[in-house]
Amino acid sequence: MVYLIALPLFSAGLLLLLGRIADKWGHLLATLVSASTFGIGVAEFFAMHKHTGANRAATQKLFEWISVGNFKVDASLLLDQLSICFVLLITGVGTLIHIYSIAYMDHDKDRRRFFAYLNLFIAAMLLLVLGDSYLNLYVGWEGVGLASYLLIGFWNQNPTYAVAAKKAFIANRVGDVGLSLAIMISFAQFGSVSFEGVKAGAPHASPAALTAIGAMLLLAAAGKSAQFPLQSWLGDAMAGPTPVSALIHAATMVTAGVYLITRSNFIFDASSTARILVVTVGTITLLFGAIVGTAKDDIKKALAASTMSQIGYMILATGLGPVGYAFAIMHLLTHGFFKAGMFLGAGSVMHGMDDEVNMRKYGGLAKFMPITAVTFGLGYLAILGVPPFAGFYSKDKIIETAFNQGGGKGIILGGAALLGAAITAFYMTRVVVLTFAGARRWKDGSHPHESSVLMWGPMVVLAIGSVASGFLLSMGSSLVNWLQPVVNASHATGGEELMKPLVVSILALGVVLLGAGFAITKYRTVPEVAPEKVSIFTKIARKDIYQDVFNDAVLVKPGTTLTAGLVATDHNVIDGAVRLVGWVIAEISDVLRKIQNGYVRTYALTMFAGVLIGAVILWVVTA
Amino acid sequence: MDISNYLYLSVILFVIGALGVLIRRNAIVIFMCIELMLNASNLALVTFSRINGNLDGQVASFFTMVVAACEVVVGLAIIVTIYRSRRSASVDDASLLKN
Amino acid sequence: MNLLVATLLLPLLGVVALVFAPRENSKLIKQIALGSSLVTLVVSLLMLTKYKFGVTGFQLVSSHSWFKFFNINFAVGIDGLALVLILLTTVLVPIVVVGGWNESEGGRWSVKTFYLLILVLESFMIGVFAATDVFLFYVIFEAMLIPVYFLIGGYGRGDRAAAALKFLLYSLFGGLLMLAAVIGIFMISANQGAASFDVTALSHIKISHNTQDWLFLGFFVAFAIKAPLFPFHTWLPGAARSATPGTSILVLGILDKVGTYGMIRFCLTLFPEATKTFAPYIIVLSLLSIIYGAFLAIGQKDLNSLIAFTSISHFGFIVLGIFALTSQGITGASLYMVNHGFSTAALFLIGGWMIERRKSMQIEDFGGLQRITPVMAWLFFIAGMSALALPGLSSFVSEFLVLVGTFTRYPAAAVIGTLGIVLAALYVLLLVQRSLHGPLKAGNEETHDLVLREKIAIAPVIVALVLLGFYPKPAIHVINPMTSQVLSQVQVSDPSPLAGK
Repeated sequence: MVYLIALPLFSAGLLLLLGRIADKWGHLLATLVSASTFGIGVAEFFAMHKHTGANRAATQKLFEWISVGNFKVDASLLLDQLSICFVLLITGVGTLIHIYSIAYMDHDKDRRRFFAYLNLFIAAMLLLVLGDSYLNLYVGWEGVGLASYLLIGFWNQNPTYAVAAKKAFIANRVGDVGLSLAIMISFAQFGSVSFEGVKAGAPHASPAALTAIGAMLLLAAAGKSAQFPLQSWLGDAMAGPTPVSALIHAATMVTAGVYLITRSNFIFDASSTARILVVTVGTITLLFGAIVGTAKDDIKKALAASTMSQIGYMILATGLGPVGYAFAIMHLLTHGFFKAGMFLGAGSVMHGMDDEVNMRKYGGLAKFMPITAVTFGLGYLAILGVPPFAGFYSKDKIIETAFNQGGGKGIILGGAALLGAAITAFYMTRVVVLTFAGARRWKDGSHPHESSVLMWGPMVVLAIGSVASGFLLSMGSSLVNWLQPVVNASHATGGEELMKPLVVSILALGVVLLGAGFAITKYRTVPEVAPEKVSIFTKIARKDIYQDVFNDAVLVKPGTTLTAGLVATDHNVIDGAVRLVGWVIAEISDVLRKIQNGYVRTYALTMFAGVLIGAVILWVVTA
Repeated sequence: MDISNYLYLSVILFVIGALGVLIRRNAIVIFMCIELMLNASNLALVTFSRINGNLDGQVASFFTMVVAACEVVVGLAIIVTIYRSRRSASVDDASLLKN
Repeated sequence: MNLLVATLLLPLLGVVALVFAPRENSKLIKQIALGSSLVTLVVSLLMLTKYKFGVTGFQLVSSHSWFKFFNINFAVGIDGLALVLILLTTVLVPIVVVGGWNESEGGRWSVKTFYLLILVLESFMIGVFAATDVFLFYVIFEAMLIPVYFLIGGYGRGDRAAAALKFLLYSLFGGLLMLAAVIGIFMISANQGAASFDVTALSHIKISHNTQDWLFLGFFVAFAIKAPLFPFHTWLPGAARSATPGTSILVLGILDKVGTYGMIRFCLTLFPEATKTFAPYIIVLSLLSIIYGAFLAIGQKDLNSLIAFTSISHFGFIVLGIFALTSQGITGASLYMVNHGFSTAALFLIGGWMIERRKSMQIEDFGGLQRITPVMAWLFFIAGMSALALPGLSSFVSEFLVLVGTFTRYPAAAVIGTLGIVLAALYVLLLVQRSLHGPLKAGNEETHDLVLREKIAIAPVIVALVLLGFYPKPAIHVINPMTSQVLSQVQVSDPSPLAGK
């Protein structure tokens, strides 16, 4: 189990340390390592089938990490039904993206460094999902943040990219504070930070403590998964190379928040307040991302907004109680396939179009890139939730579960999820129409062409996943049953069915058709420059619903002012007080200095005066 | 004769010496005034010895004389050296400590 | 011979050798300095073979009568905390010598004097951590100022004389208060019939509550100035700006630890009642340090001041851990002292090389270094990551222990402390972005990457940062007995878990 993490970590370190020597074969080693972790993952997966139920979970203690007083944390791994899902997703999609990147990064002289970072990411992400305590998870949690920072800023000679990387890291750090506080509360409450220890203690804790832990975990999830209110970094993170966007900012890292909440199901099951917070955040983000997605002309940013929105669905699902966890994970897995596939498709388009990202300058590309168009189209159908593609199984389940919450809550959540589905259909159709259909809008200079097999191979594999994964995962409730021992969903599955699955599916399909149809009619002709005269809603969406304006006004500006003020205070007030003392002493000395006039007679007179005063005092005191 | 008259004489001599130190500028004269003060205290010491009827005061006055002799040796040497280099025995000219 | 005493005296042997070295042969002088610091390192590592792990109390003790009349002894001995700090000293000094191989040239005095001062300072620093006699501690505590004063004032840059003077005056002021307290506690022990300066003996005498408060403050202010804690910090940025990188490492990396070391060794163990009285106020002060230091670091325009202010923030964490009075807090703070030593050493070394190459300290003069000097840029990045306590690097372990230890007793303080985590990310990443990323700024074209000597100097620091991050157990194992002893002397125990019992 430990080799899953050790291999890519070692390879990353090796590639970074060797430097240019490894330029020739670095990418091959990294891909090989990634593939072998996938091999190990598959082997572990089949090994798990030897056991049943809770016995499938295996732990491996590596060494004692920290032990002070009763704060004891081992470096120890836990492989159970939930983590194996992630292991397979990370290593599987990861390997495909390694292969894709060999071709995509072919012209970059720093390709070796890129692969080193990718392996570092794989190692950190596996540690995140394999750690058996919150603190081990935290190491992986910040590790993926570091890898993401390095990869977003891979071309950091461009200042905007460097700023985007920094922004991602800092937004993530705010989330990390949530996680570290959750760990601290857990330790203060339960005297343990391992999943097992917290799970055992959870029933005895006060509701307030559980809600606090839940809220802090949610903050952590919001940071990592780009959920409201820490969502603003994801769009900018598209500065990284496209394979990175596919792997880290679509398929794996950004879903870590969903993993965290699912892993901490014992906390959220015990606190309804925390669950309400979770569904609120999920619902806001799924609409937020969808709305932002409608106005993006940059193909990667449109997909990023879509990612944000889809993760909103997952977070919403995790907040719907025990039954939602499995659906969240299912959507996470299917999303991993179709969104990674679409990102790779976008990368393939960019590759053929000289790194042009503006969709208004595409048009009619299906003719020139048939494989890209088909694989992208399959992913498109999957995200829309058209049966029998993957999204149909996972997203409809989430909408259905939301409606089944009952009452006003169910209608609001279900309605929002349905509305999100409609907007998703609109913006995804827009992306497809702008890119692959219609008339050509690109300049004569570009020569769109299909990419090499190293690139379209992974895209085909992911497209197959987008078609089949939903059916496979939901067949006979296989994933739900598989995850059952971890999320403990048994006692809640019997919730009353307020909406028949068929009704939900028809409703969902209806709104999807509506959204898609609207997009097709609206984008029959596409101006090359985004029109200025647009509705107020479009303007707001183009500005990312003022997220950056808000952050700037509420955090950045006051922070800058405060910093400048404190620097001035330090110099003028605090150091000023010190200097004042020095000045006073210097002034007094200056006055006293005048007494030393150098005339012996003056000194003698002072001496006599001193003796006289001494004598008088002696006389007064003794008398 | 009242023995305290010796003490009055000693005080008068001491004050004359002190005033001389303060007022005069010539180093030699200041030096002589210091000698005068020393001898005034010697007189006082001897007087006290007489009053108390033991020899402590007289012994102390011998010490004073020895110290005074040493002081004359060193002091005159300094004054002569200063006079040689500065062509003056005025103490006000030797205010080098200032600045 | 006692290995501890040998470690203490070996640098002085180097001093003797240096005295006889010809003044012109600067290469030989540097070799002697390096050689003697390396021998000291080896001997200090040999101490580990004699040291009994997991045992409380002082070990390798050695005591010689000094002033019989006042019962002052030349008494040395080490516990876990002193051991790790002495090892930090003996490891960092050779690194400073190698890393700053040329920084002694062009000073006000000769190269020879520079290394004389460095070796004398090393001996003093080992002595100050080893002293178990309060008077001996005080004497070395003050004596250390002399070499540092000359190192800053004679070999620094810019307004070095003023910086050295400010450092000296601040320290002397603190030292004076401490002297009063030292005499005070001696008088109390004498009145109780057991006149002594021995720190163990003094921890057993009875001191009235009111007296404890005053004596505690005497010690604490001296240590707070040395540490430095807000608002006694204004000497530090100036000193860091003016001193050579090597001196900065010794001052911030080791010398300042005497402050936090003293808080544990003297404030806590000698005045347990006063500790409990003042702990909440000191925690407020340490939080102010954390936040204030971080904000000021963000606002700095030159590299060295920035590093200095990050240190003020980190010292805030150390003091927070100490006065949280939990085992995690004190062990975390002790570990933090070591980790901060390495992390500051890395920052100052690489920052120093950057400044040496660019001939400017202003951050805005750098830019795009990653393109032309990848190795230097990477190492600077790693050093920055250790300053923001990235998990996997050593500072994370200590920072988290401090916070978790604080949370169990003062949850609100820990919550405010975590704000420092976000601010740390800001100041480090801003620095990294401005100096390493972006297009190459004009004036940096000539900058070359690290040479072999520099790589050799920085390698052990990076190894320590990574190793202690993944496997801090040896260090924690050494420190833990000290922590439990201190806590039992202060008579507090860890809060027990709130739920599930």
